[in-house]
Amino acid sequence: MKVDLSKYEFTGHASEKVDDLTRLDKGEKESMKMAGFDASEKNRSASFVQIDHNHAFCKSYDPGVEILPLGLALKIHEGWGDLKWKLLKPEKDEFTRLAADSTHGGYVIRVKKGAKLTAPIQSCLMMHTNKVGQNVHNIILVEEGAEAHILSGCTTTLADQTAAHIGISEFYVEKNASLTFTMIHNWGENVEVRPRSAGQVETGGIFLSNYVSLKPVKNLQMYPAITLKGAGSIARFNSVIVSTENTFMDVGNRVILDAADTRTEIISHAIASGGHIIARGHIQANCSPAKGHLECQGLLLNNGIIQAIPELDGRMEGVELSHEAAVGKIAKEELEYLMIRGMDEEEASSAIVRGFLNIDIMGLPPELKTEIDKAITESEKSMF
Amino acid sequence: MLTIENLYVSINGTPLLEGINLSIGDGETVILFGPNGSGKTTLLYTIMGIGGYEVTEGRILFNDEDITHIPAYERSRKGIGMSMQRPPSIHGLKTRGLVEMCAGKRTVDVEALAKKVNLESFLDRDINLGFSGGEIKRSEILQLMAQRPKLLLFDEPESGVDVENMALVGNMARELLEGPSEPDAQHTLHDLMHERKTSGLIITHTGHILDYITADRGHVLYSGHLCCADNPKRILDHLKKYGYKECIRCLS
Ligand SMILES: Nc1ncnc2c1ncn2[C@@H]1O[C@H](COP(=O)(O)OP(=O)(O)OP(=O)(O)O)[C@@H](O)[C@H]1O
Ligand SMILES: [Mg+2]
Repeated sequence: MKVDLSKYEFTGHASEKVDDLTRLDKGEKESMKMAGFDASEKNRSASFVQIDHNHAFCKSYDPGVEILPLGLALKIHEGWGDLKWKLLKPEKDEFTRLAADSTHGGYVIRVKKGAKLTAPIQSCLMMHTNKVGQNVHNIILVEEGAEAHILSGCTTTLADQTAAHIGISEFYVEKNASLTFTMIHNWGENVEVRPRSAGQVETGGIFLSNYVSLKPVKNLQMYPAITLKGAGSIARFNSVIVSTENTFMDVGNRVILDAADTRTEIISHAIASGGHIIARGHIQANCSPAKGHLECQGLLLNNGIIQAIPELDGRMEGVELSHEAAVGKIAKEELEYLMIRGMDEEEASSAIVRGFLNIDIMGLPPELKTEIDKAITESEKSMF
Repeated sequence: MLTIENLYVSINGTPLLEGINLSIGDGETVILFGPNGSGKTTLLYTIMGIGGYEVTEGRILFNDEDITHIPAYERSRKGIGMSMQRPPSIHGLKTRGLVEMCAGKRTVDVEALAKKVNLESFLDRDINLGFSGGEIKRSEILQLMAQRPKLLLFDEPESGVDVENMALVGNMARELLEGPSEPDAQHTLHDLMHERKTSGLIITHTGHILDYITADRGHVLYSGHLCCADNPKRILDHLKKYGYKECIRCLS
């Protein structure tokens, strides 16, 4: 699907710095909260907020985390320039091109060697002005033996706002490090979104990705790619997405198993309730032994469309790759099972949908989980 | 409690049940025997209102009310409960949540009920996902304990249950049918004797359940026809000796 980039304003929307997040206006705070960002910063190791074309807030509360806006980060740390456009190339497509030509900042997060953070790092990329186009470039570096959870929320201030978001992200998970990256999208029906992400994981490293998108979006296309470079490294992906009427999402994950004893699991639960989802997945195994499993569960409601396109690419004897995909309406056996326990069809459907969208496995902070449960209840209103 | 009159059931035009007449009184428990594929589960599903079976003739009355064509959840709310032979698993739906839903508007002590069937550690698992045969039976009983039906439909309580758990399943089935067996703070022996009992329709191949519950009558379902009405233990003895071949002679 084509995006007419000329419709959006990629210059002229520099935002004010915010000293105290609690003084943001109510609408902003509310939309940030729905994207997983807690303005009170309770139990957070660091916070970063970008509004429109520059960063509004950036602070670390843990000596184990260095967090800087992109421009400043590259000025302070000479070597970090090498991490920019290393895993992705500007010439990839018109979006990377545009982001390379006029970057509006973004964040660099470095979790220092051996630091094991107990509280998550949070970031929010917000689009505030109508018709704004936002390009950000984020770099995440988790050094040897470090452990961190990053909550990365993306949102518009208003649900009916027109906007475009291009987000470049490059992930570096070093030896024996572990990164959980949770991305929450809280877009609106007039927002066009093109994230471009790539990452690499070194020996013994773990990359866990969670993705939740329950709100409408005009169109969103992304296909982040993670390369397991080091022996014994692991990548796991869990996504939960809902696509309501007039929402088009072309999403998936690509993993390249490029060392021995690497493992990956890509699991997505997608509901097309009147919307259109293309659920992709690609596992390429270049070394053996290596193991990969791709799973896409799709539920169709209200004439929604799901196209599941799994791809397995084994290039070495001894690799074990599998996939499992099921797309259809709510199973009649499941509905009837709940109906014989006294639930009418709507109550039963709702219980099944809630189970289907269950995010317990993601290990999110409780307040965020509550927020997501609320969003699920909200999105159910348009389903039944 | 339950009256089935001249019931004909088919699926996709294939007749499965032909002219079933069956009546179960208040507090009565009836045992249903029959070879594989004879239509036992079909009968239970049709009473419950699930499975897409078509009633082509006859009707089902529950407490004198015609329920032949009302949806399953209404039958459930009127007091019919069923333990399924092979219930589906549901992703993300926790056993605890389902047990709570079974109780409807009442609040139940889920932990205490789960303890009775040794399923405390299953409450936070997805319902039926990876449950063993015996665990499924106990989970079905747990749901029914929360639901408290007046008519209990039980499809093969013994299948997949080991000897030790059979006693548990059997005793819990009795409790569902007859209420708590020992007098306690809330129930005097006098109350227990006079409390209106739940009715039951239980499918069994082995008859092990008869060691735990008192059944009033037994029937044999043979190739879609109901035959025999006798003491269930006597039917079982005959089946052990002669198999189902005598049913053919009896029906012809
Ligand atoms: N949905 C269906 N579609 C087609 N045939 C069906 C369907 N349901 C049941 N049948 C057929 O109807 C017959 C009766 O099935 P039913 O499950 O009632 O048997 P049963 O007596 O419970 O057997 P078992 O002792 O093996 O559990 C079988 O031959 C079965 O294959
Ligand atoms: Mg059966």
